[in-house]
Amino acid sequence: MSLYILKRLLLAIPLLLGIATITFFIVHLAPGDPMDMYLEPRFRRQMDPEVIELIREKYGLDQPVHVQYVKWLGNLATGDLGESFRYRRPVADVIAERIPYTLQLSILALLFDALFGIALGIFSAVKQYTRWDKIVTLGSLIIYSIPGFWLALMLVLVFSVNLGWFPTSQTRSLDYELLSWSGKVLDRIWHLVLPVFVLGVASAAGTARYMRNRLLEVLSEDYVLAARARGLKERTVVFKHALRNALIPILTIYGLALPFLLGGAVLIEKVFAWPGMGLLAVEAVSGRDYPVILATSMIAAVLVVLGNLLADVTYAIADPRVSYEKQRPA
Amino acid sequence: MKSNDRPSKRLLLAGSLIPGVGHLLLGKRRQGVHLLALALGLALVLVLRWDAFGEAFSSPRLAPWLSARFLLTALAATAVFSLYDVRRSLALDGDDSTGRSPFQIAKRRFAANQLAVIALYVIVIMYLIAALAPILAPFDPTAIENPTETQYLAPSWQHLFGTDEFGRDLFSRALYGASVSLSIGLLAVLIAVTIGTVYGAVAGYFGGLIDNVLMRIVDVVIAFPTFFLMLMLVGIFEANIVFLILILGLTSWTGTARFIRGEVLSLKEREFIEGARSIGLPHRLIIFRHIIPNAMAPVLVSAALMVGGMVAAEAGLSFLGIGIRPPTPSWGNMISQGQDALLVAWWVAFFPGTLLVITILSFNLLSDGLRDALDPKTLMRKYV
Amino acid sequence: MLLSVENLATYFFLDEGTLKAVDDLSFAVEEQETVTLVGESGCGKTIVALSIMSLVPSPGRIVEGRVLFNGEDLLQVNPERLRQVRGGEIGLVFQEPGAALNPVFTIGYQICEVLRLHRGMTKHEAETEAVRLLGDTGIPDPEKRFRAYPFELSGGMQQRAVIAIATCAHPKLLIADEPTTALDVTIQAEILDLLRYLQDQYRMAILMISHDLGVVAGISDRVLVMYTGKAMELASVRDIFNEPRHPYSQGLLGSVPRLGEGKGELRRGIPGAVPDLMQLPAGCTFHPRCPIGDASCRSEFPPLGSLSDDRLCACYKVSA
Repeated sequence: MSLYILKRLLLAIPLLLGIATITFFIVHLAPGDPMDMYLEPRFRRQMDPEVIELIREKYGLDQPVHVQYVKWLGNLATGDLGESFRYRRPVADVIAERIPYTLQLSILALLFDALFGIALGIFSAVKQYTRWDKIVTLGSLIIYSIPGFWLALMLVLVFSVNLGWFPTSQTRSLDYELLSWSGKVLDRIWHLVLPVFVLGVASAAGTARYMRNRLLEVLSEDYVLAARARGLKERTVVFKHALRNALIPILTIYGLALPFLLGGAVLIEKVFAWPGMGLLAVEAVSGRDYPVILATSMIAAVLVVLGNLLADVTYAIADPRVSYEKQRPA
Repeated sequence: MKSNDRPSKRLLLAGSLIPGVGHLLLGKRRQGVHLLALALGLALVLVLRWDAFGEAFSSPRLAPWLSARFLLTALAATAVFSLYDVRRSLALDGDDSTGRSPFQIAKRRFAANQLAVIALYVIVIMYLIAALAPILAPFDPTAIENPTETQYLAPSWQHLFGTDEFGRDLFSRALYGASVSLSIGLLAVLIAVTIGTVYGAVAGYFGGLIDNVLMRIVDVVIAFPTFFLMLMLVGIFEANIVFLILILGLTSWTGTARFIRGEVLSLKEREFIEGARSIGLPHRLIIFRHIIPNAMAPVLVSAALMVGGMVAAEAGLSFLGIGIRPPTPSWGNMISQGQDALLVAWWVAFFPGTLLVITILSFNLLSDGLRDALDPKTLMRKYV
Repeated sequence: MLLSVENLATYFFLDEGTLKAVDDLSFAVEEQETVTLVGESGCGKTIVALSIMSLVPSPGRIVEGRVLFNGEDLLQVNPERLRQVRGGEIGLVFQEPGAALNPVFTIGYQICEVLRLHRGMTKHEAETEAVRLLGDTGIPDPEKRFRAYPFELSGGMQQRAVIAIATCAHPKLLIADEPTTALDVTIQAEILDLLRYLQDQYRMAILMISHDLGVVAGISDRVLVMYTGKAMELASVRDIFNEPRHPYSQGLLGSVPRLGEGKGELRRGIPGAVPDLMQLPAGCTFHPRCPIGDASCRSEFPPLGSLSDDRLCACYKVSA
């Protein structure tokens, strides 16, 4: 089993390498002088030519491509992601500040997704052919079709503007500093409710659908019939025998949900002015802050790879068949 | 209908000058109603919006010019097709009975799915409306006049969707936005599916090292969250509308590629096994002739799904201000303007969003319907 | 009588029409005897087994009949009692050994589950007993297998495990649906031996289902020949093999090669094909393919008439 995990870890490395490589190629395919990626054009004119030369050397921009590539990888390995034009600080620092906010949103949304998605999926599978099933199935399809950012706006309209139940944006209230410790926690949670809900509900809808189909599939398997034939209670049959099998591929869904959540977070962060990595990326794009654009995409990809790795490992733990792939049956 | 019950040939041909009537007379109600409704709808647009049509016809700008010609072509095509189809039916002499070909079986199964059929109607109607937007729009979507007096008017009969901060009619903007968003969606999917199919076919066909390399590249592309990837590419390549479509297409081909590769691989297996018996037909031909019918069905299902996704992605990018930029209307950037006006004019964000939901939902339902129609569940045969 | 099936009818209500999987079927099984349901694939044998246990999957439904087990009609009892009977008093063995075992639980776990449910054992007691049972069914190294997952076992051992699970609560009746079909010939013999052994040990009756006449001959006391969901002939195994009376039985047994047959004789198959269960011929469903069928067979399905003491036959042309 640990062999399997090791194997997966090793496979991830070329993937990470590939991510860095593709980003590198995009940098060099872009129109204009690659120097623009490292140094804002309008500042270049004002700068000392010697300093420009130093920077050019540092990134190897006058060298052949393969040398540049190596330098690029070297820089990445040491954590040098360049310097943000806008913030005039190392990109790595800026990202490190913002990532926690995005992770807060994404992880909570993932939990929401898991809780509600799986529960609803089980519910509608068990109640197949009844009105409930149809309602949940159609409902989740509709929710799945609503663009997150618009849903966010509409909810803000109803719940924040009109009803005043939740704040319209930001991570904290104006009087945050004055609150007690528990008050701060509650305030943060209060601000998290709408964004997490919007982010989570769309993926929950997808999960519910998948869970339902998967459970129905499993329920028609022979071993479920066999379990009933042994006199086991229906509840045991569904929740122990069927569910255990049905849930296994759901774990891979979580590997797949991560990119969706990270991408969706971008829009949600914009709507709620949530200072996460997604908002950073958007601002960078509008402001042509190239180092940040590149770095955020790469980080996002790395997070996805890690997420998938986690999902794979969890899958291996859950499904006894996987780790024994190489062994012959006795 | 047998020859003796039919109305006379002359009556038929005369009747079918009006599209659909011929079919109705022949007893083919559904086709007849469709053709008649289509022709009447188009004609109605022509008549009721005659002035707009005239303007569009001689407009120096591309969009209205195209729209006007599209209207005329569509009308003509309906009439011609109707005539042609009636004559074809006459020639077959009532022998076009219910077919058993897989295509027809699938068509019937699809037709039984009410939601999917409704979704299909909605999509077709939306695309027609989008194509005729310049003619249908009551106001100029970008013209600004008397902003102080006309800004933020609530929805009314004159301004169905209200007006925005510049006093522009939102209904017209929504119509134009429809043509932008819907055409981008469709084109992007076409690109994605084409690239994906070719890529996957190449990888599957050549196998070995090429396959390995190509698939590793796919793995890396998939690692990037799609939206982030789009963001990055748009940011770096300064997307105008053409680039935008390209970028949308370039980030979504991977699923198709993987699928096609699988199909090609499995077919290649079979071909080589039978290779000893086959009489030297080039493998290439065999493989490609088999792939197209079999693989296209699932590809179609996912393509329908993708169009919805592309429309959503474009809306998202435009909402962020980096997709379609104002003043060109796109449902996405209209919602963005709506966010600013949320407190005073809820309608600015509401209507484009609703249209988005309807569109995406329809494509999702369509995709579901196609999937159910083309991929039957097995019956309980194994228990008998 | 241990089990008495009376006028059982199970239909499947599909979009395309009603499929009569089992129609007006009646037979009985005595204590400790082995009755085999024989017939070609698709004749409804499996549905009979499922109907007895009330496990018919939708869109199927038992529309008529009684299933009397020790006097109780299993189709009418409350769910609580039904659960007691399933696994506790009637065991079920499936065709595909691997399919009946849940792939994510160990073999041992699945046996213990039943032991604790039907024999009220504690966890510890169940584990000991489970290992013993596994050994009893001929699985080598039972302790190791106890902790193994189904996919780690070969087909034969999986089937032994399934049989162990099905019999561990000492049921009075074991229903075995084609238990050997998916296995190698050599293993088949072993499994049949195992079934006979267990039958002796636990004094069980066996309702066997098979389309393999060799298996039928090896283990049965009595045989019920089925066709298109109906009973055609019911007789002792000796009678069925030596002297089949129903034309269908004759056709079935005639198509099996036997040692000693002259070389020049053509295999006598049954002409025609099994009809679609949704569009059955009127009257006797076999008459279109029957060598002695005629117009009088077309009106109504022949009743299961008694030819002699323990011999029933559903044919107008065959009399006592």
